[in-house]
Amino acid sequence: MNDRIEKRIELAAPVSRVWRALTDYREFGQWFQVKLDGPFAPGQVSRGQVTYPGYEHVKWEAVVQKMEPERLFSFTWHPYPADPKIDYSKETPTLVEFRLEKTATGTLLVVTESGFDKIPSRRRLEAFRMNEGGWTQQMKNIESHVAQK
Amino acid sequence: MSHKSSSGVRAKRLVRAPVFAALGDETRLSLVTKLSSGEPYSITQLTRGSKLTRQAITKHLRVLENVGIVHSVRTGRESRFQFDPQPVEGMKQYLEFVSRQWDHALSRLKSFVER
Repeated sequence: MNDRIEKRIELAAPVSRVWRALTDYREFGQWFQVKLDGPFAPGQVSRGQVTYPGYEHVKWEAVVQKMEPERLFSFTWHPYPADPKIDYSKETPTLVEFRLEKTATGTLLVVTESGFDKIPSRRRLEAFRMNEGGWTQQMKNIESHVAQK
Repeated sequence: MSHKSSSGVRAKRLVRAPVFAALGDETRLSLVTKLSSGEPYSITQLTRGSKLTRQAITKHLRVLENVGIVHSVRTGRESRFQFDPQPVEGMKQYLEFVSRQWDHALSRLKSFVER
């Protein structure tokens, strides 16, 4: 089974700019929508609070792996830990890698996330709840579907 | 291409419809939430703390069993019920979900560095 996600995106900004957006904890927090407690450092745990609307109760926690300036930034984490009642720390984390490459127009960013084969099946229900606008939306869909009959 | 994918989406919805219908009930949804820890529960345990009778809980569990969300395991004289995430969400769909989150995050990064 395919256990990784890969995304490639062309950014019209120099590699140095993209590197800063990825590795400066305040800048990272702005686009990723998380309020981090402090700077990233290899081997160190990064903690914070998600600011993404609807998920403000979610804690952010990742372990920074590699920081090779303007080339590679990576961390391990537990993807989208939405349920505060669950202790995700016992689960095997996934590895997120950001690779940067200079192009004629700016930067090619390749993001990979791997290690999903270790994700427990329970997580799938969670994803199901969060999926496609979340459960509230699904309830509305069911309601209108039933009402049409 | 677009025709093919839209019929695929439709087929997916048809498969999911009975699952959604089974979950479209407060009692059953709370049963699934309880069972989603992965541990098997007896009817006695599931009835505890609920205003409903054993019979009513059993009826709801059978509905969930029929669409394959839970399955029962017999231990001695008692049936225990266990959550089965398979029909709800396969790994492929979980990856699609995480993948979509990345799409959103990266488009925010794009507008952030390009402004």
